[in-house]
Amino acid sequence: MEDMIFYDRLQFAFTITFHYIFPQLTMGLSLLIVFLKGKYLLSKIEKYNNAAKFLMKIFAINFTMGVVTGIPMEFQFGTNWAKFSELTGGIIGQTLAMEGMFSFFLESSFLALFIFGEKLMGQKLHFLTGFLVFLGSWASGWFILATNAWMQHPVGYEILENGKFVLENFGALFTNPWLLPAFLHNQMASVVTSSFVVASIGAFYILRNKQVEYGKLFLKTGVIFGLISSVLVAFPTGDWNAKNVAKYQPASFAAMEGIFETEEAGAEIVLVGQPNMVEKKLDNKIAVPNILSFLTHQDWDKQIPGMDQFKEEELPSNIPALYYSYHIMVGLGTIFIGVMVLALFLLWRKKLYNFKPLLWFIMFLVPFPYIANITGWYTAELGRQPYLVYGLLKTSDGISPTVSSGNTLFTLLGFVALYMLLGLLFLVLVGKTINQGPKPQTH
Amino acid sequence: MEIFWYIIIGIVLTMFFVLDGYDFGTGIIHLFFAKKEKDKEVIAKSAGLFWDSNEVWLVAAGGMLFMAFPTFYASVFSGFYLPLIIVLWLIIFRAIGLEFRGQFKYQMWKDIWDTSFGVSSLLLALFFGIALGNIVRGVNLGGVENGISAHEGHYFFLPLWNSSFSPLTENPGVIDWFTIVIGLISVVTLAIHGANWVVLKTNSSINKKLKGVVFKLNITLSVLTVFSLFVWQIVNPNSLDNFIDKPYLMVFPMLYFTGLIGLFFIKKIKKDSHAFMLSTLLIVGGITSSLASLFPVILPSVNDIHEDLTIYNTAASEYGLSIALTWGIVGFILLFVYMIIQKRLMGGKIDKMDYGH
Repeated sequence: MEDMIFYDRLQFAFTITFHYIFPQLTMGLSLLIVFLKGKYLLSKIEKYNNAAKFLMKIFAINFTMGVVTGIPMEFQFGTNWAKFSELTGGIIGQTLAMEGMFSFFLESSFLALFIFGEKLMGQKLHFLTGFLVFLGSWASGWFILATNAWMQHPVGYEILENGKFVLENFGALFTNPWLLPAFLHNQMASVVTSSFVVASIGAFYILRNKQVEYGKLFLKTGVIFGLISSVLVAFPTGDWNAKNVAKYQPASFAAMEGIFETEEAGAEIVLVGQPNMVEKKLDNKIAVPNILSFLTHQDWDKQIPGMDQFKEEELPSNIPALYYSYHIMVGLGTIFIGVMVLALFLLWRKKLYNFKPLLWFIMFLVPFPYIANITGWYTAELGRQPYLVYGLLKTSDGISPTVSSGNTLFTLLGFVALYMLLGLLFLVLVGKTINQGPKPQTH
Repeated sequence: MEIFWYIIIGIVLTMFFVLDGYDFGTGIIHLFFAKKEKDKEVIAKSAGLFWDSNEVWLVAAGGMLFMAFPTFYASVFSGFYLPLIIVLWLIIFRAIGLEFRGQFKYQMWKDIWDTSFGVSSLLLALFFGIALGNIVRGVNLGGVENGISAHEGHYFFLPLWNSSFSPLTENPGVIDWFTIVIGLISVVTLAIHGANWVVLKTNSSINKKLKGVVFKLNITLSVLTVFSLFVWQIVNPNSLDNFIDKPYLMVFPMLYFTGLIGLFFIKKIKKDSHAFMLSTLLIVGGITSSLASLFPVILPSVNDIHEDLTIYNTAASEYGLSIALTWGIVGFILLFVYMIIQKRLMGGKIDKMDYGH
């Protein structure tokens, strides 16, 4: 039984982590594409159009990856989490089915038109199809976050005698107080990823001294969007989310902030430290007093319950993983703001394009927004453990009753092998596209 | 309300098999008949341009099944665990085959991904047929052995096959001689459909030959169809009851036979789109007839202890289904608008169309 739960969780964690590499780029990138295409419409400078179409090529590769790794996600609810699907399908089935209906059809129909139809449609319609792709991809985020918000903070349901969750109020799924902050935070984080990717491509072109005019355009666009989004991801959206966790999941909040013991008055904020689960304390801790209370409640002396206030079974099942995920996300987010402030300052002083050390740094920074996004999701998901539906349905009660652990291990290994191949091919393709660059080839 | 969602999901699934069906079929044709590089390229392109928007229908069907019939979704997806995951892997292999063949100009690279595309298309067609065969035959719900249930009555787990390879045992496997027959029907049908698609959308040099291929495949399909009607009766003796009770349901098998008979005149058909319509009728008729013969059952039980899964004992709440109807109607209207726009801009032969570069 323990094995079964472990392999089911590992398989889901692995496949969703791999899957989320792709949508986090496409959601943010579609915004940048719409921006560049719009700029072309207004200025009629060909450079912007080529840049937009080039980014759409990268978008298309990521979209394909997103589709092929996304189908297994939807199926796995049924294959590995049958009991969970049976009990909650009447509710989260709504949001998942709406995602298919309102976002995938939109996104896939107009993506094809954007890529193949520029000459057929004229520029204004071409812009419109790009905008619809953007709308589709953000709608997808909205419905997935609505699904997750319900699992984090269930609303609008009724539980029958046989344990089934029945929908009682459809509207509540979308007015869930968890949803909007989580959605905005997630979308901003996705803009961070895509801005950093675009900035990194720009830095690469400048450093390589090829297609430099596009390099400058990408770097500038990436830095401006990167700064705005990395600020917004922290404040206000990150702040709202933290307050939601403190309010609705206080045990998870204590664990992710690393508060083992409740302090008499204001709680300190931990910057560095390693959870020591044996002695129930943080090793080599560096903390600033009272800040956490102020950030959470705007009150320096407000008490925040630590992990000692909760029973063992109310606490998240893997406290160190939760604590590290959260601190990696926050730490990286802080660094992102710093880098982008510096880059924007140099851009303003017209020194950025010649300041090689920063260009190299920006180019190699590209994996880190992905890591921040994924650790952010780990924070949300590990924080929800040991529950699938917070407070109501345990993870151990959600797995498929008839699928043995050996089967899951087999399919997990299969997914690992297949996704390694997929990842390799993805890198080759994206590398090839970037190498070609946005400059139109002369035949 | 259950009936309504049953019909909607039936339509979405049928759409998936009609649309993604032609690109599975294109893969089969590609595997066996495309010899020249120019043909290989254009045939792969006739699937490559469309497969991802076609597969969205599968995602939509999955989502709706989850929403409307969660118990069925949970039962079937966990019960057919291994074949389903294998299908997922094949879908991935097929997609990378299509997307990556054109990326490098080396012959060996193209051959590898062409084979990946062709073989996975073939196996997917076979597996989807086998899946239909399993739904018709039923499964050992509750995992009953010697009168004792191993699971709750709506759960089961199927081995890939059992030693007797027979559909009539207490605990049948995914693959047995009956489901293989249905699987072959599916392969032949989709190959015909794919050939018609290639003829419709491309100017490949084998178009003329493909019409002859369709004709021969159609003979094979007729033989298989007649044979399957007999074994169907053995495996599921009640399969004609619905048609006797409600004679108007006969319209579905008639669609199938219209397609089947019509395709014998493939060489005389002037408009390529008409041939494609006929193979569409085959798929639509085949799926709807199977569903109609089972209704309201969606997964029969092969034991007497646990009752069949029906649309009534697996559905979500009335409130959920009716609220979903509201957004479903809006969604479908939008969808048809997209399809009309897409059709108007992407019609015609695709040889000249620029793919990716």
